[in-house]
Amino acid sequence: MSAAAIKTEQLRKVFGDRAAVKGLTLQVEQGEVFGFLGPNGAGKTTSMKMLLGLVEPTSGTASLLGMPIGHLATRAQIGFLPEHFRFQDWLTAREFLLLHGELLGMDSRDLRTRLEELLERVGLSAFRNKLLRTFSKGMLQRIGLAQALLNRPALVFLDEPTSGLDPVGRRLVRDIIHELKEQGTCVFLNSHLLSEIEVTCDRVAFIRHGEVIRVIELASLDQNLSLVTIRAAGLTPEALAGLAKWSQNIQADHGQLTMTIQKESDLPEITRYLVAQQAEVYALTPKRISLEEIFIQTVGEDGGL
Amino acid sequence: MTKIWILARLTFREAMRRRIVLTGLILGLLFLLVFSIGFHLIFVAMGEEVDPNGGALANIARNETSGFLLLAGLYAIAFLSVAMGALLGADTLAGEISSGSIQTIITKPLRRSDVVLGKWLGFAGLLGLYSLLMSGGTVLSVFLQTGFLPRHMLAGISLIYLEALLVMTVSLAGSSAMPALATGGMVFGLYGLAFLGGWIEQIGAMLNNQTAVRIGIVTSLISPTEVLWRRASFEMQSPLAGIMTMTPFSTVSVPSMLMVVYAILYLVVVLSMAVSTFQHRDI
Repeated sequence: MSAAAIKTEQLRKVFGDRAAVKGLTLQVEQGEVFGFLGPNGAGKTTSMKMLLGLVEPTSGTASLLGMPIGHLATRAQIGFLPEHFRFQDWLTAREFLLLHGELLGMDSRDLRTRLEELLERVGLSAFRNKLLRTFSKGMLQRIGLAQALLNRPALVFLDEPTSGLDPVGRRLVRDIIHELKEQGTCVFLNSHLLSEIEVTCDRVAFIRHGEVIRVIELASLDQNLSLVTIRAAGLTPEALAGLAKWSQNIQADHGQLTMTIQKESDLPEITRYLVAQQAEVYALTPKRISLEEIFIQTVGEDGGL
Repeated sequence: MTKIWILARLTFREAMRRRIVLTGLILGLLFLLVFSIGFHLIFVAMGEEVDPNGGALANIARNETSGFLLLAGLYAIAFLSVAMGALLGADTLAGEISSGSIQTIITKPLRRSDVVLGKWLGFAGLLGLYSLLMSGGTVLSVFLQTGFLPRHMLAGISLIYLEALLVMTVSLAGSSAMPALATGGMVFGLYGLAFLGGWIEQIGAMLNNQTAVRIGIVTSLISPTEVLWRRASFEMQSPLAGIMTMTPFSTVSVPSMLMVVYAILYLVVVLSMAVSTFQHRDI
């Protein structure tokens, strides 16, 4: 049994008299793609920075790949793409990757092949000898991503990796995350784009005021929780009451019913029941609860402000 | 150690790429040109008044004038080197922290002290080249025109370099804790304080006022920059100049070698402060 990729215990950071992170307790397994979600100011970036050794925790403990944070040799197995990626823009793309590879202590020959491979992968081969100063935001994000993957890391931190990207770039990031997962790399993803998280992550933690308030497995979203909208006429109050068998959460409004059900397989039974109750069913539309709905349910409409 | 070296090289390359070196070099050459022409004109004018066959006394007059003008030139160079050191150090850590470009560097397997020491080493190399080129160029210009060489030239130039190095180190330390502008303000403030203290000490020494001398010494302890220049000019000036004149370029109250040792210790302490501040800085 290998050590957890990330493990934190009551990790806390106080700036002045404000606690940016109140007490983060979290465990992320190796090989997992983990989403870190929360409203603005929830302490996501500060948490990530503590894990990466950029910010010193006020209290609490944390380890990466089984070693306490700040352990130098462990850092050689970690990749990081910061949120406000700004790089040495007076270097060319190739020089930039060479520099970061050297700082990682990579073998020179390996580094040279690896960086060509990555330039190719992020679509920047043609720009390898161009100064980063001349790069667009999206190109910088791509080179930043290449930088984060140079050392074939066991654990990668991506802070808003798609914020500057067009749809093609986003697709690229998504594909790269899938490839990383196949290679057994743990990806810790901090993003506002819930749709991105939804298609890439195995598990998601919701953060508010620097605390984990909920962790869900995204695979469970597909089977378990769904929302169904029923358009039917001639529903008696008794028939309506009978639906409580499948759902605690029913809203009726002018012949339209909206209810959450536990499993998709309940649907045929509900249909049979409604027909038996002489209701005229026009439509029955199952809808998966989106991550966005769970997000708003979990952190609240005010975004935890 | 290799990480420090990688970062020193990076710092050096950054200065080259961002045209800092080029700008410094062009202005430096301009300075040397103006200095050489000015020196030539003054020297020719002097030659007409002083009989070239006037024997020993005329020679002394010529050498004293050369020495005086050379020190004036080196004084300007010391200031340029100090300004260069202040500017190089002020923006480096502060600028990279505020832009965020330092984040991908310090999350690599290296100590934060490697970053500070690597930058210091890179800047020290740059300043060394700059000081050597400028001081050397000025001395060479005078030598080619008159055959005059200052006394203890190497000691003098080394002290000018040490002064620039000291200012750069203070600037780097400021930059590890404060924004670039605040750092610049602090560094030049300290430099100005030392300059003023130096004058108070000199005049005090002339008037035999021990309190004034003590004030000068205290400011030198707070900021030992001017004192290094005064030691440098003492090393290079002729003994006669020291007795006869008091100008910004020569010196009456001579700083002891102990003061130079103090300045070196000061540098080491400030550099370790820079390292420890940066060590705990939240980025």
